[in-house]
Amino acid sequence: MTLFIEQCLNGLQFGLLLFLLAAGLTLVFGIMDLVNLAHGSLYMIGAYFAATFAAWTDSFVLGAVLALLATLVVGMAVEMIAMRRLYGRDHLDHVLGTFGLILFFDEAVRLIWGPEGLSLPLPSWLNTAVTILPGMQYSAYRLSIIVVSLAVAVFLYVLVMRTRIGMLIRAGASNREMVGALGVNIKLLYTLVFGLGAALAGLAGLMQAPILTVQIGMGENILIVAFVITVIGGIGSVRGAFIAALLVGFVDTLGRSYLPDLLRLVLSPNAASTAAPALASMLIYLLMAIVLVVRPEGLFPASAK
Amino acid sequence: MRKTLLAAGTALLLAAGPAMAQQKSIKIGFVSTFSGPVAVIGNDMRNSFELALDHMGRKIAGMPVEVIYEDDGFKPEVGKQKTQKLIESDKVDFISGYIWSNVLLASIKPVVDSKTFMVIANAGASQVAGELCSPYVFSTSWQNDQTPEAMGLYMNQKGVKSVFLIGPNYAAGRDMLAGVSHTFKGKVVGQELTTWPAQLDFSAELAKAKAANPDAIFVFYPGKAGVQFLAQYAQAGLKGKIPLYTAFTIDETSLPLQKDLALGVPGAQEWVNDLPNDANKKFVADYMKKYPGHRPSFYGAQSYDAANLIASAVTATKGNLTDKEALRKAFEKADFKSVRGNFKFGNNHIPIQNFYLQDVVKDAKGDYVLKTVATIVKDYQDASHSKCPMK
Repeated sequence: MTLFIEQCLNGLQFGLLLFLLAAGLTLVFGIMDLVNLAHGSLYMIGAYFAATFAAWTDSFVLGAVLALLATLVVGMAVEMIAMRRLYGRDHLDHVLGTFGLILFFDEAVRLIWGPEGLSLPLPSWLNTAVTILPGMQYSAYRLSIIVVSLAVAVFLYVLVMRTRIGMLIRAGASNREMVGALGVNIKLLYTLVFGLGAALAGLAGLMQAPILTVQIGMGENILIVAFVITVIGGIGSVRGAFIAALLVGFVDTLGRSYLPDLLRLVLSPNAASTAAPALASMLIYLLMAIVLVVRPEGLFPASAK
Repeated sequence: MRKTLLAAGTALLLAAGPAMAQQKSIKIGFVSTFSGPVAVIGNDMRNSFELALDHMGRKIAGMPVEVIYEDDGFKPEVGKQKTQKLIESDKVDFISGYIWSNVLLASIKPVVDSKTFMVIANAGASQVAGELCSPYVFSTSWQNDQTPEAMGLYMNQKGVKSVFLIGPNYAAGRDMLAGVSHTFKGKVVGQELTTWPAQLDFSAELAKAKAANPDAIFVFYPGKAGVQFLAQYAQAGLKGKIPLYTAFTIDETSLPLQKDLALGVPGAQEWVNDLPNDANKKFVADYMKKYPGHRPSFYGAQSYDAANLIASAVTATKGNLTDKEALRKAFEKADFKSVRGNFKFGNNHIPIQNFYLQDVVKDAKGDYVLKTVATIVKDYQDASHSKCPMK
């Protein structure tokens, strides 16, 4: 039972991290109609900045805050320099342009930080396990990821649902042309939305860095999962991204945990141990396929079209 | 038309000229990973190979040595492509390197078919030691089973009664986990294989291991994954609760990142930097002099031995590279000073060697270093040698 609770917590943590990444992606896709493959690069930049600043300031929290601001700045700069040329163009142009950005960022990181990657060690007060239930311990850091991500999710909810800017964001996701026609400064809105997405991606990147990795190309694998979440949740919808991200997080983690045992019931142990890891990594794509068949526009589509 | 023909003819002559003026040299191809976070391993191997060539004066049997390094990018299909390029296009006389067992298995056929001698400096796929063994393939490393089998023996010595195995789902990972089961006398209470190389989050597997409550956990995660595993192990609250036994997870390339997390975690290895023979002392000292701030790892030690093995074979045949039979016999003799002391091959061209227990300690300067604590087993031969038809 404790194993199940622990796996659920792991799934929740993974899902929330994915939500941070997917929220930015879905907002940019929904409001600006921009397929941004370079979102994974912003994730990577966030992690690299965090590792560097944490080493400079000798403080994990300070390094993280500085990295967040730096990623926000980089995101807005990228929007002003590169993305503005891509608005209104075909999605394939976006793919080509942002793919070029991926290559640019990978090489830039390699030139600045070297090819070997960095590490972001945790301060000792986070590097322990806390007792959350009698007889059950869980990593303090993963708990803090859950807490921070939930706080950001609440912040996003308040921002999107209760503020003027959020209203503009929802309107833009719903019908972009109308918002422009109503005299809103669409350029500023776009820069802010892109910057917000970049900051969220950077936050996700720096939060997973102590657990996973800080290396060149780390954004590419997880970007695919972020796109899967965007598709499942519905383009332009932060609520959809939240539900879909949690769904994907649970399916992936619980699938990886329990599929080998399930397979061992029907297959020989040897066949099960070779098939299970492969099948487990396919589960989220199966989920996406099912959603596409049942509800092609996603679970909570934002736009009326 | 005439001018074009004239120009083309001149170009051809100029291209042919330098080739005719070239001196006979020995060409060695070296396939390893030089990009991405695991490039640190490839660089260690290249540095050690270069150091060995420096020690020989960059000449073997009077002929200059040319090494062509190729990057397999951590992918089997790229490794195979680069191997074929080295054999067919660069026409190398010897081929060496290979970190990863899956890259090796993909690349071995073109080598054997072209009758090029190969000295594997790391990958230890069990098939290559068994049914795929070849008169042209030699290894200065080990067979994947050997090191975890040694660790299994050590766990028996320590009185461990139950173990949970975690490793990556590829050729070497499966070999390693199977190797422990061969010699470990206790009970294997669980085994988890993770997606390789993409999966770096081991939370699910660690949770399962915790729930199974074994006496110990055995893990195999080379390169960056080893750093992440140790970090998550500590974060899950397992450090100090369930002892960890490793193979190829802690080495001089990953130790600088693992630091405190690796203290007190034992590993089995056929080479540790403080082995007390002269060749090793020279290797380690000169490596640290040539590459300040870096220590050689076992990947480097094996590459250093590979270079010296090739040199010994070519010297024995007095530079005659066409007599393959004589070269093979010279390789099998392994008449060179290995950094691990005594060196001899089994019938399948895999070394029969000692395995040592290494532990991580802080030296006087506060650096993290690996120290030989004990010899687990002497002159240990791999389990697949009977599957190899060679005598």
